[in-house]
Order: sequence, then structure tokens, then C-alpha cells
Amino acid sequence: MKAEPAIDKGRRDLIKGASALACGMLLLAVRKADATPASMQAAIRDVFGNAEIGRGKVTLDIPSLVENGNTVPMTVSVESPMTATDYVKSIHVFNEKNPQPNVIGIHLGPRAGKASVSTRIRLADSQKVVAIAQMSDGSVWSAQVDVIVTLAACVEGL
Amino acid sequence: MTRPLINVPARAKRGQVIEIKTLISHVMEPGFRHSSIGVLLPRDIITEFVCAYDGEEIFRADLFPAISANPFVTFHTVATKSGTLTFTWTGDNGFSATEQASITVE
Amino acid sequence: MVSAGLRISCIALMLGHAALARGSEIPQSERRSGYDMMGRDTKAMQDDDTANPATLWVLEGETIWNTKAADGKSCADCHGDAGTSMKGVAARYPAFDATRDRAIDLEQRINICRSERQNATPLPFESRQLLALAAFVARQSRGMPIEQNDPRMQPVIASGRALFEGRQGQLNLSCAQCHDDNWGKQLAGSVIPQAHPTGYPIYRLEWQNLGSLQRRLRNCLYGLRAETYPLGAPEAVALEAFLMWRARGMPMDAPGVRP
Repeated sequence: MKAEPAIDKGRRDLIKGASALACGMLLLAVRKADATPASMQAAIRDVFGNAEIGRGKVTLDIPSLVENGNTVPMTVSVESPMTATDYVKSIHVFNEKNPQPNVIGIHLGPRAGKASVSTRIRLADSQKVVAIAQMSDGSVWSAQVDVIVTLAACVEGL
Repeated sequence: MTRPLINVPARAKRGQVIEIKTLISHVMEPGFRHSSIGVLLPRDIITEFVCAYDGEEIFRADLFPAISANPFVTFHTVATKSGTLTFTWTGDNGFSATEQASITVE
Repeated sequence: MVSAGLRISCIALMLGHAALARGSEIPQSERRSGYDMMGRDTKAMQDDDTANPATLWVLEGETIWNTKAADGKSCADCHGDAGTSMKGVAARYPAFDATRDRAIDLEQRINICRSERQNATPLPFESRQLLALAAFVARQSRGMPIEQNDPRMQPVIASGRALFEGRQGQLNLSCAQCHDDNWGKQLAGSVIPQAHPTGYPIYRLEWQNLGSLQRRLRNCLYGLRAETYPLGAPEAVALEAFLMWRARGMPMDAPGVRP
């Protein structure tokens, strides 16, 4: 069963009212959400071990209410001079509630010039998305965004 | 389907940081969906995307099922010298695609 | 205890209202395309041709346009440079086909050309190649105003209007009730657009794929729990024609991106 997203009462009432119109949503199987915060933590440990993960330096640009969970534009950037001795080595993005906790693993070097990567991702449910960057000096920084994802109105038949 | 779409500036100044945009056609079947009769649709995704600038790797990404179909990836690099950028996508079921773009650096 | 007479007249009153849910037509000056109602990131996806996934289909369409078919002719052999010959064409489809004495949409026109002029097999509806050609042709009308001026199309547009205004499906709703009366409001997490087909064929984020207006209409009908029109059915073309007439004067922004 899908976990109740943490949304304010006003929006919840709107959704209740709108579901009376249903528009086919009742027929849809609820998108299965198998990953949990625990499996996301495990996936993060797989990559970063027990490194201390600081908050900051990383910006995760995702709309807080997405237009469609199947295709969500995402830009992740990290503040860094990107010189030969001070640069971003990698950026990994994780999610809480998709069937699988990993989203993308990015490997950079001083030749990147700028640590900013954009792509489009799938989010199965309202959830946290976490971006973690490792610098050339070994330090690890992160950012986290809470994203609200609703089912589209008017979808394909089976 | 058509070749991958690459957007690299044709010319740049030495030392300039340029943005590269890439778009490739691929279903990125996550491996978690079922058909209407309950059969699991097997995973079929691009798993790795690499860009090399005159043979040296300047960008690499490991892609997972959470990446949307028709993967769009943009990144940056420093324009060092005129040359060729090579883009390689590899994935499940022996998927492999390559594309090249030239850049003139003055 | 309600008398039989009163009950019957109540039912008659309800049925009288049930048949049509006409809605109030949107004034011309208040018309907004689906593009205007999208979020910042989705608009950005459409605005940049190098980031718009639909470009992959436009490029494939261009290749097909220039590829010789079975009997040795390509689209280009008759139509030359699409940028010139196809300018404005998608903006005035569906169109009336005098030979067949009925309205046809752009995909049907492409298939007629293939079978009658190129001796090639028609492409299946919603196939990648047919959508690629439609996307390539529609791209040549970008920025041009939608037109439905042909008097022969009037009966088709009228039957399309009846479909738009009639209640249907298990939910017993008409298109007009959402798209004329409640556009701009939320249906769950989505904003209800006015339903002007200015961007077709579209890359729909929900599909993660390019698709035609007819595919999108099937989604709407499924949402109403109504019987969907088969692809290519006259009802589908009539509804397309009405929607294009309703959007007359609005500029095409095909191939668009939509949620």
C-alpha cells in the first residue's frame, strides 16, 4: 500500500474531492513502492561506507510538486573551484520509495570545469531525493529535497 | 530510431567551460513493470554513459532504472584543444551506441 | 411516499439535463494553450529543440521523408523541401478528402500518399515511423495559426461538437464540463487544460513517448470510463476536427511536450 504522503490538509481535501471524479484513477494499480528509507541508507553506505556526510555545497534542483512522476527534470550542482587539486570526484543520487534506491552515479574530474549535471528521472511516489557528492579531498556533502508526486489524470487503458 | 542527439558548441575559447547536451532514444524498461496479464517485463536499460575528449574520459554516469526513457544527460567540460568528443552508451541485452562531435578551440 | 407521477417527472427532468452538458464556450480572447499552463521545467523541455525528446522523432521523420520507398519514390521526390511544401499543412488538418467524401487526419493523409503515390504499405497508427513523419510534417507548421475554413468540414465539425458536449462513459461526463467549465482548476495533482491540440503529436511525460491526438483522446475516454474510439475511426477524426476548429487562430507549437 502506498504510504500517505506528507501533504497539507488543504491539498488532501482537494484530492479527496477530485477523486470523486476519479477519471480512471480508481482502476489503476497503485504504483508499487518497495524501497524504504532503510534500503536507501544501505545503498548510500554501499557507496560511501561510514564516511561522515555533511549538509551543504550540493544543490538539488527538482520541482517540489512534479508535473508527472514518469519524467522529472533534475539538476544537481556542487560548489567547487574544479581545479586539479580541488574538485568534485563523484555525485550519487538516491531515492526513498522507488523499487530501487539508486538513481544515478556521476563521475567527474578537474576537466569538468563545472560540477553541474542535468537529467530526467522517475519518481514512483512522493518521497525524499538525496544527492551526495564526494570531493577530491575525501569529504562528503549532501542535499535533500522532498518531492510530491501525484498520479496523472486521464491515463492509458490496460 | 534516429542517431543520438548531441549538442556541443562548434567553437569555443581555450579554457572556456562548455555545456554538452545529449539525448538518446531508449525505452529504459525498469524491470518492475508487469504486462496486462501479469507477466514481468524484463529490465532493459542503458547502464553506462561515457564521454571522452580526444580519448581521455571526461564524464561517466552509471544509470539505473530510475532514469526516464529517452535519457537526456547534460554536463560540462573545459575546452582545452580542438578535437573530437566521443560518446558511448552501453546497456542490457548488449546495447551499445556511439556518437562523435568535433569542437574547434581557439 | 412519493407519488408515481412525481417520481416519473423527476426522472424525466434529470434525463432532460443528462443528455447534454454543453458548457460555456471559452471566449476567444481567453483561450490558452496547454503550453501556457505547464510548469517551468516542462516548458523548458519543449523550448529547447536539443532537449525536447520529440526532436528524436522529427529527425527520424526527416530521414524517412528523404528515403525512397518501394517503387523508388520518396516524399521529397514529389514534395521537395518540407520546410516549404509542408508549411501550414498540419495547421489545417483534419481536412476533407473529396475522393473518399470524408474527413481525414494528417496520419491518414500520410498513409494515403504512401499507398497511392509511393506504392508502399501504409504505416500502422501509433507506429514509430508514422509518428516520426507526422512530427516532421507538423514541425513545419510551428508558429502558424490553426485553420478550419473549409465549408465541407462543417458537418464533421458539428458532429465533433456533439461528441464534445455529450455526456458519456460510466462517469457520465462531457468533455465540455472539464475543458470549457473547469479549465485551470485542479483534477487531483494535474491542472485541467482547455484542450487545444496546438502541439500534436506530443511527447507526453506520462507515456515517456511521442503520441498522436487520437491516442490522447483515448486516454481521456478511458478516464471517463467510456468506450474508446478505435484509432482512425470517423468519430475520432470528427472530434479532432472540432477541437482544431475550437482552437482556430491559435499558433501551432508542434511537436510539444505535455504532462
